[in-house]
Amino acid sequence: MTDVAKRADTVTLTIDGVEVTAEKGELVIRVAERMGIAIPRFCDHPLLAPAGACRQCLVEVEGQRKPVASCTQTVAEGMVVKTQLSSPVAAKAQAGIMELLLVNHPLDCPTCDKGGECPLQNQAMSSGRADSRFHEHKREYEKPIHISSQVLLDRERCILCQRCTRFSEEIAGDKFIDLMDRSSGEQINVYRDDFFGGEGTGDGQAGDGEGDVPFNSYFSGNTIQICPVGALTGEQYRFRARPFDLVSTPSACEHCAAGCSQRTDHRRNKVLRRLAGDDPAVNEEWNCDKGRWGFRYANATDRLTTPLVRDADSGELREASWSEALLAAAEGLKAARERGVGVLPGGRLTVEDAYAYAKFARAVLGTNDIDFRARPLRASGTPASSTEEADFLAASVAGTSEVTYADVENAPSVVIVGLEPEEECPILFLRLRKGHVKRKLKVTAVAPYLSRGFEKLGAALVAAVPGDEARLLNTDAAIAGALSAPGALLIVGERLATVPGGLSAAADLAARSGARLAWVPRRAGDRGALDAGCLPNLLPGGRPVTDAAARAELSLAWRIESGVLPSSPGRDTDRIIAAAADGTLGALLVGGVDPADLADPRLAEEALDAVPFLVSLEVRQSAVTRRADVVLPIAPVVEKAGTYMDWEGRLRSFVAVLPGAAMTDGRVLEAIAALLDVPSNHPAAAQKTTKGFSLNTGDVMAIRRELGGMPASSAPRPAHPSTAPADLPRPGEHEAVLATWHQLIDLGSLLDGDPVLAGTARPPVVRLGKDLAEELGVVDGDLVTVGTGRGTVTLPASITDLPPRVVWLPTNSPGSTVRRSLGVTAGAVVKLTAGVPGPILAEGASR
Amino acid sequence: MGTLTGSFKGFGVTFAHMFRKVITTDYPFSPPKPAPRYHGRHILNRHPDGLEKCIGCELCAWACPADAIYVEGGDNTDEQRFSPGERYAKIYQINYARCIFCGLCIEACPTRSLTMSNEYELARDNRQDLIFTKKELLAPLLPGMELPPHPMRLGETDKDYYIGALTNPGTSVGAERAPWSDAGSHDASEPQESADRPETAGTVRKEGAPR
Ligand code: SF4
Ligand code: SF4
Ligand code: FES
Repeated sequence: MTDVAKRADTVTLTIDGVEVTAEKGELVIRVAERMGIAIPRFCDHPLLAPAGACRQCLVEVEGQRKPVASCTQTVAEGMVVKTQLSSPVAAKAQAGIMELLLVNHPLDCPTCDKGGECPLQNQAMSSGRADSRFHEHKREYEKPIHISSQVLLDRERCILCQRCTRFSEEIAGDKFIDLMDRSSGEQINVYRDDFFGGEGTGDGQAGDGEGDVPFNSYFSGNTIQICPVGALTGEQYRFRARPFDLVSTPSACEHCAAGCSQRTDHRRNKVLRRLAGDDPAVNEEWNCDKGRWGFRYANATDRLTTPLVRDADSGELREASWSEALLAAAEGLKAARERGVGVLPGGRLTVEDAYAYAKFARAVLGTNDIDFRARPLRASGTPASSTEEADFLAASVAGTSEVTYADVENAPSVVIVGLEPEEECPILFLRLRKGHVKRKLKVTAVAPYLSRGFEKLGAALVAAVPGDEARLLNTDAAIAGALSAPGALLIVGERLATVPGGLSAAADLAARSGARLAWVPRRAGDRGALDAGCLPNLLPGGRPVTDAAARAELSLAWRIESGVLPSSPGRDTDRIIAAAADGTLGALLVGGVDPADLADPRLAEEALDAVPFLVSLEVRQSAVTRRADVVLPIAPVVEKAGTYMDWEGRLRSFVAVLPGAAMTDGRVLEAIAALLDVPSNHPAAAQKTTKGFSLNTGDVMAIRRELGGMPASSAPRPAHPSTAPADLPRPGEHEAVLATWHQLIDLGSLLDGDPVLAGTARPPVVRLGKDLAEELGVVDGDLVTVGTGRGTVTLPASITDLPPRVVWLPTNSPGSTVRRSLGVTAGAVVKLTAGVPGPILAEGASR
Repeated sequence: MGTLTGSFKGFGVTFAHMFRKVITTDYPFSPPKPAPRYHGRHILNRHPDGLEKCIGCELCAWACPADAIYVEGGDNTDEQRFSPGERYAKIYQINYARCIFCGLCIEACPTRSLTMSNEYELARDNRQDLIFTKKELLAPLLPGMELPPHPMRLGETDKDYYIGALTNPGTSVGAERAPWSDAGSHDASEPQESADRPETAGTVRKEGAPR
């Protein structure tokens, strides 16, 4: 029965004499592909709409007068298709097209980056003529032109397949490049003013002239990857290598929580480029420019290669042997264990390394003072006793994998709060956009304004003053309506933690409406660290620390005596910092944390200075290593194997790309643990220590086995928090509520050492509404200073449709380091002045 | 008896050789001159104005069956130009511990930058020195040539360099032969003064050694 029903939407056709059944509406080229028949093609791309632009895929279809393009031809019942394999007509047509394509294609293959992996080269060999009959001059253009600081365009190589423009328009929504001019002058280019009568550079060069619009897209690198010729190349990789001497290793992106799979190409122990990997369930075939080009930091000159120990006499850090440094670390931690040790692993760890920190803190240091969150955990001014976010993570996120990319794409409606997907999780943005374009996904943004990303998603705005999101989630009818459809999703970003009651309201709303809830952090290691137990209230596997059965389970798995594991929730990041600053804690163990990312960088640095003993596990010199007593160098991502967990809860395993002597965090912690006794408060022997305990985190495989062998948590899931929304602040004259989030390409330390990539960042501006602009008497582009008692940020103004008395700043962009300069986070009241800082604010800055 | 005839047979071989042409060469005092197309050390040729012909395309490295060649490309800029066009070889190395002198690299080179000389004295006393770099491989500057980096002197664009360049590779004169050989004026039978040959400088020729 079902067979008959199925038959109704399939057709049977013949390709090269073989009968085949295909779904109605399928393209001939796809069906042939499935049968193993390769039809040459350039413009066709499985993820882009059919265009029929290059005509290379011509095949003969019986009954048609002329050969047809198989990439646009859909299958029909009884169709008889003959490809170049069985039809001389098709073969001749393809050879003819190839000859015409090569009429204007330069023969600069030896210097072209695509040479060696070029579809045009390959298909010219397989389906072209052996020699050319064209002896005239080829078309020439000035080459190459920079269409952004990163992307270069050689127009003479272009075969006008329009993959790049179609990607930009259909997938990324950044229509910055297009076909221009007519006939033989037809070319791809960026929009520039002299097309519209304005001032160009006058020399036909685009992108550099006044009024030119550069290729300002976070996804521009994908066009380079899909260009079937070498017309689009990247500044960073240009002329650096040839494909045939690169070794390719599949890898996973270490930047954001999107979890892109990647291909890393390297030669002689140096990474030369990274490409988007092909994973239909996650990133399809795309990635963002940050993932593609942000890998130079690992080769930075400030890379740590030997352990450092603070010299007792000089007080300076000096190089030390591993045995000396490990011993120093072990002794320092042992001495501090009584007073307490805080552990800040950071959000950039693999699941395995995060697990090592979690286990080390519990089993060796005997503390729950561990927190992976290196960012503001709560609104400025909220008491540190509020554990709303940690409770929310324990109740609704840890150990779950509820929402996937496919769910996002197929959802009827999505509400996004505390997240700007394009800036903070670009591949999630691409999926949302795919859903929006292909399936009419309705996006509702609870945000202060419709950013460019939200505009591209066609989002409906529920305008929120920062801090007001909780109230809106509880009461707004538009939000409730958007979530009423079955399959609707509520996507919350990590930033919602800075709204008092925000996460409580979200969990509540999800429970009320039946919508599924997804939590999207910003860093690649955040979600994995959560599930690995790097939180003061959670043990590995989402087990609450307060649950005796959960602790017993773990004690068994870790082969330590029950009772060793501390039973009350520990301090979170803010409280660890506070306790270190006021001398309560005896030591800090810090992983990849930049104090500038914490809620109050100044206090964090004071804490690092004040704490009696500081151990730092780092890849490069940082504000932490400079203050540390023992610095232990660890491997950057390219030199180690591991697993990230993306926001969905999906594991993204990868192998070491480059060989390197550097050790993983887990291995270093294991070595320290081996020098320490594991304390036991077993009643029988107060002084007894558990001999033969090994942290067992030296080898990723061992960790994976240990994690895999652990039973699922039997502890009941804690209830979600129910924090009440706070009252909104009332900004007065020349004051506003601050909204802020990170831009994708900013001052993050993983983007160091790459000026070309930094050049593609969106220019930092201060956004303010008409009301504030009038009050200050500024227009677009005028300098506006945003200040607090701590300092000021001065940026050009961009008048935006914001709620009254709200001002937006990029969190960590050139000229706008909100946390360091202002010492506040979103929702705080800031002062505004026109122009550069006046005397009062400037005084505040120097204080 | 048998021993006696055997000895005479042996002497016979020796005696017969006294009337044959001597095949021992008097190396290193008079090095033999190889055939004109002998595959010796590589040369990286120059354009007539001194710019390098190599464009750093790595095709030679790709063609090399012994993985002896390593090239890293770099960008020419208007201030720092080493070759016409956009790309030049920032690093160029041939490892003579690996090279098998097959000449496939020469066939692969699209600009006729890479050719081979007749020089065969490539032994070194350590492996590191067997890796020849641009310093050793680049053809010497002839009169009229200028040491790169410098702007293009022979035309506006790289095209002006390439039209006719393939039929005119003669810009490596002086490098094709080993430095001590003046192109065909002598061969192995003619001894040569050891003074112009650094390889033999300091060695004393044995008194009465056959010439
Ligand atoms: S630049 Fe490349 S991708 Fe774009 S139209 Fe030309 S050939 Fe196609
Ligand atoms: S020598 Fe020739 S083949 Fe080798 S890199 Fe230079 S130009 Fe290319
Ligand atoms: S691949 Fe079919 S027209 Fe280009």
